[in-house]
Amino acid sequence: MIKDLLSDPTTRVILCCGAGGVGKTTTAAAIALQAADQGRKTVVLTIDPARRLAQALGLNELSFEPHAVKAVPNLYAMQLDMKRTFDEIVLAHADPDRARTILENPFYISLSSSFAGTQEYMAMEKLGQLLASQEWDLIVVDTPPSRSALDFLDAPARLGSFLDGRLIKFLTTPAKAGGWAITRILNTGIQLFASTISKILGGQILTDISAFVSALDSVFGGFRKRADETYQLLKAPGSAFIVVAVPERDPIREAEFFIDRLNSEGMPLAGVIVNRVSPSLAPITISESKELQKSASPELNSALDLHIENVRAKTNEERLIKTIKAPALLRIEDADGEISDIAGLRSIDLAGKSL
Amino acid sequence: MNTAPRLHVVTGKGGTGKTTLAAALALSFAQAGAKTLLLEVEGRQGLAPLFGRSELPYREVELAPQLWGMSVDPREALLEYIEMYYKAGAAGRALAKFGVIDFATTIAPGLRDVLLTGKAYEATRRRPGSKSGSTFEGPWVYDAVVMDAPPTGRIGKFLDINAQLASLAKVGPIRKQAESISELIHSEMTTVHIVTLPEEMPIQESLEAVDELRGLGINLGHIFVNQMLEEKALDVFTDKIDGVVATALRAEVNRYTNRVTRQEKQIALLEELDVIEIAHMGEEISFEILEFIANGLREA
Repeated sequence: MIKDLLSDPTTRVILCCGAGGVGKTTTAAAIALQAADQGRKTVVLTIDPARRLAQALGLNELSFEPHAVKAVPNLYAMQLDMKRTFDEIVLAHADPDRARTILENPFYISLSSSFAGTQEYMAMEKLGQLLASQEWDLIVVDTPPSRSALDFLDAPARLGSFLDGRLIKFLTTPAKAGGWAITRILNTGIQLFASTISKILGGQILTDISAFVSALDSVFGGFRKRADETYQLLKAPGSAFIVVAVPERDPIREAEFFIDRLNSEGMPLAGVIVNRVSPSLAPITISESKELQKSASPELNSALDLHIENVRAKTNEERLIKTIKAPALLRIEDADGEISDIAGLRSIDLAGKSL
Repeated sequence: MNTAPRLHVVTGKGGTGKTTLAAALALSFAQAGAKTLLLEVEGRQGLAPLFGRSELPYREVELAPQLWGMSVDPREALLEYIEMYYKAGAAGRALAKFGVIDFATTIAPGLRDVLLTGKAYEATRRRPGSKSGSTFEGPWVYDAVVMDAPPTGRIGKFLDINAQLASLAKVGPIRKQAESISELIHSEMTTVHIVTLPEEMPIQESLEAVDELRGLGINLGHIFVNQMLEEKALDVFTDKIDGVVATALRAEVNRYTNRVTRQEKQIALLEELDVIEIAHMGEEISFEILEFIANGLREA
């Protein structure tokens, strides 16, 4: 079912989401590679690939634009750099002087490089750009390893509502009026607010904040609009979300959270990929193993102990996997070792045991 | 185990068991008789279930004998801060109303981190009956403070408070607090432990964190290698087992020994570091397992 999604020409965007450490980046790369193998011009947007996978995809510190992956026709890869994407927007929308003021503002630097939601928003922004270029048959996005799904889906709304908010209106007013002299026309609540924040944070910080906010306001006038457009695009036909998990308690819980969230937002959930599923085991039960152990050599005894442990772990895995409620479920068997080259990505069986 | 440092910061890549190890470390101190405070700073409520609770509040609660815990929320911390320094509850409410609290705690990450580490600073330096920062040389309220810190990818930024704040707040009490916290973090009183797994990606990321922390002049503690597999003598050569079953069993054995081989290769990369290995415990961590790990840590 997930394999069909790749070859379906109406699928334009696939977003892989899930907790950190579940093989999301590898899964996204495998999906992109296998779509490219079918002749679709595909780009994979990754966030933070492990070193060897990055090498396999030919990514380095400079790969912030799509570039062809050697030895794989139709496959392109690029890395997301949040600060750079942010800077690009500023440079594209502000005159050079204004852009310089913004880029040097301490709040801008702090916000663009480490605000918890920026990475998610910038992934959306990049996705919007890639879609607008009309160059790609398929775009595969590896989402940031957010602590929760909320971060990813909320990012546009959060930044948007911040920029629309009361605080911003308040902060931008004095900057336009030429400073904080405005206090005399404010009610006591705001006066108290202004004096408290300036005592705690230091007076200069207010000047920086208001300069930053008023600059942002002019550059990012259409910010919320664009964020909303991308959000709507994700809901539209042609987009598909894939939730990636591993069969352990916490990642499965996180996956369920994602599924609920996507459903409640009306986002098109295509299915769940469960990575690192234990391979099939020797066809003997725990009690048969114990029976055999009665007359076994110490080495065989240990081997059977290992088997019993494996059976228990696999039973637990299956119990966890059964709790997943999704339109499609794909189990990917645990590779014996790390997947970090093109051949390895190709060997991931995306047509596997769908449910 | 060396307990001379008093603020123990526990970091690690996501999925390595950072929270479990932070809890086990705190429990091991408490069981050795040290009054210990365990802090959560990411609001995930990951510590609570380990102690049979649904959540940890923003106040110190007793989790086990000698062990206290709390979840530090930047919003609450800022309100508390305003209250403490200005006795101005009204100001705090006004700030909340105008979105300043949200602003300070989400948009300006540097401020957020100062508020989160600020609690650890205050608790580490707290003396009985005195306010923090007092010169009174009595015993400390807490013998140890253990923080379940942000993951390795963010730890350098998180701990390097001064650099973060330098460009944001140039004067004022927040700035002063950042300087005091920074001093504590770079002192002998603080140590950072890294939790990892014996696999390529987590080890790589841990080594990067080691370099970063060394570059920042922050004391490095232990490297906890979690979920270590035991080396076993395994064999299935026998005439008692059906051929098909034997082949499949052999595959299971090979898989295991391959993992052990890969594990040894990864562990070798950590040779000059202070490594503590933690045996694989299965997926569900109960309080009993936590105690078991804590016992192991006490003896390590």
